[in-house]
Amino acid sequence: MIELAYTRATDASDAIRRAEGENAKYLGGGTNLVDLMRETVEVPSALVDVTRLWDEIQETDDGGLMIGAAARNTAVAEHPAVRAHYPMLTRAIVAGASAQIRNMATVGGNLLQRTRCTYFYDTDGSRCNKRSPGEGCDAIEGFNRSHAILGASPACVATHPSDMCVALAALDAVVHLRSASGERTVALCDLHTLPGDRPDVETVLAPGELITAVQLPPSNLAARSTYRKVRDRASYAFALVSVAAAIELNGGAIADVRLALGGVAPKPWRAWRAEEALRGGPATEASFLEAADAELADARPLAGNAFKVDLARRTLVAVLQQLTEGARR
Amino acid sequence: MPIIINGREVPVPADARVSLLDFVREHLELYGTKKGCNQGACGACTVLVDGERILSCLALAVQYDGREVTTVEGLASDGALHPLQQAFIDHDGFQCGYCTPGQICSAVGMAEEVARGVPSHVTDDLGAGEIPLSQDELRERMSGNLCRCGAYNGIVDAIAEVFAGSGA
Ligand SMILES: Cc1cc2nc3c(=O)[nH]c(=O)nc-3n(C[C@H](O)[C@H](O)[C@H](O)COP(=O)(O)OP(=O)(O)OC[C@H]3O[C@@H](n4cnc5c(N)ncnc54)[C@H](O)[C@@H]3O)c2cc1C
Ligand code: FES
Ligand code: FES
Repeated sequence: MIELAYTRATDASDAIRRAEGENAKYLGGGTNLVDLMRETVEVPSALVDVTRLWDEIQETDDGGLMIGAAARNTAVAEHPAVRAHYPMLTRAIVAGASAQIRNMATVGGNLLQRTRCTYFYDTDGSRCNKRSPGEGCDAIEGFNRSHAILGASPACVATHPSDMCVALAALDAVVHLRSASGERTVALCDLHTLPGDRPDVETVLAPGELITAVQLPPSNLAARSTYRKVRDRASYAFALVSVAAAIELNGGAIADVRLALGGVAPKPWRAWRAEEALRGGPATEASFLEAADAELADARPLAGNAFKVDLARRTLVAVLQQLTEGARR
Repeated sequence: MPIIINGREVPVPADARVSLLDFVREHLELYGTKKGCNQGACGACTVLVDGERILSCLALAVQYDGREVTTVEGLASDGALHPLQQAFIDHDGFQCGYCTPGQICSAVGMAEEVARGVPSHVTDDLGAGEIPLSQDELRERMSGNLCRCGAYNGIVDAIAEVFAGSGA
């Protein structure tokens, strides 16, 4: 029998100290980790419960927000300042999973849930480079309808499933990290790595490094923002494609814009190229299409997911139209 | 610290791997809570923790010491059914009944969220302090509970009767 130790951390430094052991993992709501442990994809020997660490949501002096890593997803979605100033974040969170799961899931755990696909879970039936580096990937030639079209590699084509992270990428969120050697911050857009030939590595975190908070900078555009998720059923399903968008107009021109895509890549995908194409240009359907095409120029669809290229293009354009027409969502 | 399950204090299991679901079913022999998928995908295992609905299959019991857990067995008081239990009977809110304890616990937690003003995926106005429990809101908020028998219409009617007046 594999031993499993459980301890609960009282504060961040306590958590870091407790996680120093061989094969320890931090435990948030457990909605991803417990599932993966049951499937023997993750086999930690010790769990350090971090759900009782800092979980407040505070306005910062510069007018942004600081969100404790232990804050539950529901608490973030329902917070009045998030609803008023960062509506895309509330919309992204409530589009994810189910109410029960959102009540359990923490912000830290949502960020670090595994980039995954069903082959990753299939420990006895499928090859997976993420699970067993070098063994091969059965998704690439397999049933890959839900897999990535951007940023994938010949080693791995799984997507990062978080909705919340897509909004955080568009909002220029900053992740606060802490380890035995000190504190540092990393932009959410730089937290997750692309698979390359190491799909088993998904983030820039060092072993034992703890997420303590996520910071939202103040934003002029975020109050006019939204999140749209396209999925196989109306609710309780992962995104095929999703778009987080914020836009600020100056007359008919686009003064500023933030865009990110979900469901299409191994990480929350900030659409830098589309933003670049839009900034300063006219807010017209033609320019929205051009921007979407610029972003999707490098798309490499698999046999089963070419539809995602069109779907991403259309969803991006539709969301930009909706925001510029001033509709609510 | 013990866990409080339906008002009764019980020590947490020694083995950290035991889920809250297996704990209530196998250790405490409270068989109301059901195991559907055991992977977070069906809602059959929904219980309330300090009044909030969660999935007991993805919860490790050791994490919940000091918390008040309510399973479907804890909803009736003094032998009288919870109004929602009665409404499920009145509206044929089940066929095989396997999803029912999860549906009922989930709906009780949902009512609390609505009362608190928690928005949902179908809420238009995120600034609204009060969100009426329309059919769309009810169905979206209950989408984490699947029913293989497809008793959804009765389920929605039962929940609407108790928590949305007859307006939903
Ligand atoms: C059926 C189902 C459907 C779902 N659908 C969606 C969906 O549609 N959209 C979506 O966005 N998500 C979805 N999810 C995923 C869900 O959002 C995540 O499982 C959840 O956000 C993870 O949070 P947690 O606190 O439970 O993390 P845990 O499972 O506790 O932890 C996840 C990982 O994060 C690490 N970790 C946790 N906290 C910290 C910390 N503070 N510092 C460092 N590391 C940490 C853990 O070690 C672990 O590796 C779904 C999940 C399920 C089971
Ligand atoms: S048994 Fe818990 S969600 Fe299905
Ligand atoms: S009544 Fe049979 S699963 Fe719902």
